[in-house]
Formats: sequence, structure tokens, C-alpha cells
Amino acid sequence: MKILKQIAQCLEAGDDAAVPPLVSQALAEGLVAKIILDEGLIAGMNTVGERFRIHEIFLPDVLLAARAMYAGMDILKPLLISSGISSRGRVVIGSVQGDLHDIGKNLVGIMLKGAGFEVIDLGNDVGAEKFVAAAKDHGALAIGMSALLTTTMPVMKEVVERLKAENLSERIKTIIGGAPVSQGYADEIGADAYGYDCAQAVAGVKKLAEAVG
Amino acid sequence: MIDFPLARLQPQPAAVYAALGLKSGGSPSPRSAALLQRALELFRENSEPRGICEPVAAGEFAGIYAGRGQNALDTPLTGIFQRAASLHLFAFTLGARISHAIGLLFEHDDFALGAVLDAVASVGADNAGRSAEEWAERQAAVENSAAADRAFLYSPGYCGWHISGQEKLFASLRPERIGISLNTRFLMNPLKSISGVLVTGPAAIHRFSTVYPFCHQCKSPACRERATARPA
Repeated sequence: MKILKQIAQCLEAGDDAAVPPLVSQALAEGLVAKIILDEGLIAGMNTVGERFRIHEIFLPDVLLAARAMYAGMDILKPLLISSGISSRGRVVIGSVQGDLHDIGKNLVGIMLKGAGFEVIDLGNDVGAEKFVAAAKDHGALAIGMSALLTTTMPVMKEVVERLKAENLSERIKTIIGGAPVSQGYADEIGADAYGYDCAQAVAGVKKLAEAVG
Repeated sequence: MIDFPLARLQPQPAAVYAALGLKSGGSPSPRSAALLQRALELFRENSEPRGICEPVAAGEFAGIYAGRGQNALDTPLTGIFQRAASLHLFAFTLGARISHAIGLLFEHDDFALGAVLDAVASVGADNAGRSAEEWAERQAAVENSAAADRAFLYSPGYCGWHISGQEKLFASLRPERIGISLNTRFLMNPLKSISGVLVTGPAAIHRFSTVYPFCHQCKSPACRERATARPA
């Protein structure tokens, strides 16, 4: 469909003024919200994500595209909800207790939404108990944790251990990231995935979603 | 107190683009370039730069550096500071307003501009460190006729100096005087703040060849490059 291609192209260009009228036009042409979401908005974000991954574009371009996606989603969201169409899954995210840095976590949240996930952002300075409680309350498939200080990283381990203790680790997966965090640390504490950057984090959550089913 | 005119902190576009992940040789899109211009305006409007710097004797600094005893067993700074001509404890902040401005942009879904402003502020804070290094070098030239001396800032959380070292550094320097506080995990608030020790001495003292265990996990390995990039 030409209109879906136009939506994807405008989104890729980060044109947040052009996307909403095109989405409205697509609806007026009789396309259902789910098709516009999958084949217009998410298709465009997938292209953006791939171009980012191979360094064809860089972060601000991705974020401009995400803003255009949000503008389109503002129109589609009520229709998707009324049609009972769910997201790809819920992900609880936050910066761990003691840490006030939230830019990296915010970027991951934005890109997860762009990939079709529902994001519950707990903000920063989040303790292990709160992460687990929120994941249970929201039926999340994963908990994403960010730390920028070595002194706050142990909270990640606490979350992993708490999920195991409550027999939730098969149902709720964990993914961690942040400057001092590494794949080695993820392995050491038993986290399910590690994201070096926001693109990797999204790819990691997609894999976790497939694993959880 | 050190005076930090905004013009000296002004982030270089190339450094901001690099902080945002633009690969060397890459060129930003026109929309990204426009974002940077707007972010630089916001940086000028929202920065409240303040810094303090105080001399510290090597013996006293040894106690500060030991911190809670959580440093790596062997670190480059251990050998470097003992050969320094002078040491100064240092702290700097861009103030709380700029972090608030970044937060507001994200709240209003203007995250592209928010991310660029965040990178601009980080580079601006780094520039304050560089500016302090130049100040220490000028001091060395005036006070000790040591024009060839080089000053570098070393900070807790890097190169084996455990971040808990902030505790003793803060107790001695009292950066609360310029509005910087430390939380229980040794994180500075406002976020766009830097701290550490300015080590001034012959360029050669800053060079080291040992690859330490913590070097393998370092994601910002500029320590060696900066010493060779600014020879005496």
C-alpha cells in the first residue's frame, strides 16, 4: 500500500508533522489500525533501527523518528485499545536504586515503544522490591535495569535473586545495561540478557519476548 | 574558586556528535545539526557553572586517595601523584537547572533535543575539567617557573580509584559550598558535575604502560591518549 510506505518514509525522515495526517488518511482509506501500526509505523522504526545498528544514522535521527512514531501512535492508540489489540508485551524499566542517571534508560524505553512494546517506566532510584512488584502487577515479560555506577550494580543482582526466590524467573526475564555493566557481569549475576546500547537492548528484549512466548 | 566563563566550556560539535555515537568521518543529518544549535542555545541559557579548587599536600592526598580501602590493588595514580609537583582537589558543576531542562524535554517527548542537550552538557562539564587543567598549568608556570609541566584531572570511579573515594574527597574539599552533594552511592547531584584531583608535574609522570585488570572493562580509555597528546 502506497500510504503505508509514505508513513514509513516520513517516520524514517523524523517528520513528526507529516506522520499524523498520513495516519488519519490511511484510516480514512479503510485500513485498520493494526495494519497501519505494523506495516507503517513499526516497519519504519525497524528500518531506522537497522540503519542505526549499522551506523548509517546516529542517535538524534533515531529519536526524531521515534517522536514521529509517537505522533502517529497518538491517533492509533485509542483504536487499538478499543479493538482489544495488545502490544508485543510489557517491559518494566528503571535506573537502579542510588542512581539518578536516566538518559540511557529513557532512550531504551523510547526505542522499546518504537518496537511495539508497552513500557512501564519506574524512573530512577528504583529498588529491587519495586522492580519485581511492578513486573508482577503489570504482567511484564521483562525487567530492564540501568546502572551508571559500580556501587549501584548490586541492585541488579538483588532483582535476579528475588525473581528466582519467588519462582518468577521463567516468566519474567531480566536485561541489564549501563556504562559499568558488561556481558560478563550479566553472566555472573544470572541476568537473561545484556544491552551494550539501546539498539542491542531492544534486540535483547525481542529475543526474551520470543523465549517467554 | 575558579572562574569558568561559558565561552571556555562551549562544547565542540565534533565532541558532542562523538558522544552521541556518530562514527569518525560520519556527517550528521541537517535535522541533527539543527538540534545541536538549539541545544547549544539551551546550554548557554541553563548553565550555572561553579568550581572550586584547593591545594593538597601529597601526604594528605594519600589518605584521601586510600578512601574506604576499596581501590584496585595497583593503580596508575598511585605512582603518578607521588611524583607530582603539586596537587589540587577539584570539583565543578553546571548546576541543577540544566539537568532539569533535560528532564523537561524528555517529559514533553522532545527526546531528540533532550538527548543532544544531555550530550552537550556532558561535553561542557568535561571542558571544565580541561579548563581546570590549563589553570593548574598556568599556576605551575607562574609559581614554579615550570612552563613545561602538565596537569591532568583524575577522578574517583576511573582507573582503579574506587568511586567511594568521593567520600573523603568531599570531606576535605566540601563541594557543598558550590551546591554539589553526594548520595549514599557516591553519586554527585547535580548530575552534570565532575570532581577529582588535578595532578601537575612533568609530562612524563602521567605516562604509564601497564595494562591494569580494570582497563579491560573501561569504556572510556582516554587516559593514555591524553598524556601523549599533550607532551611538554
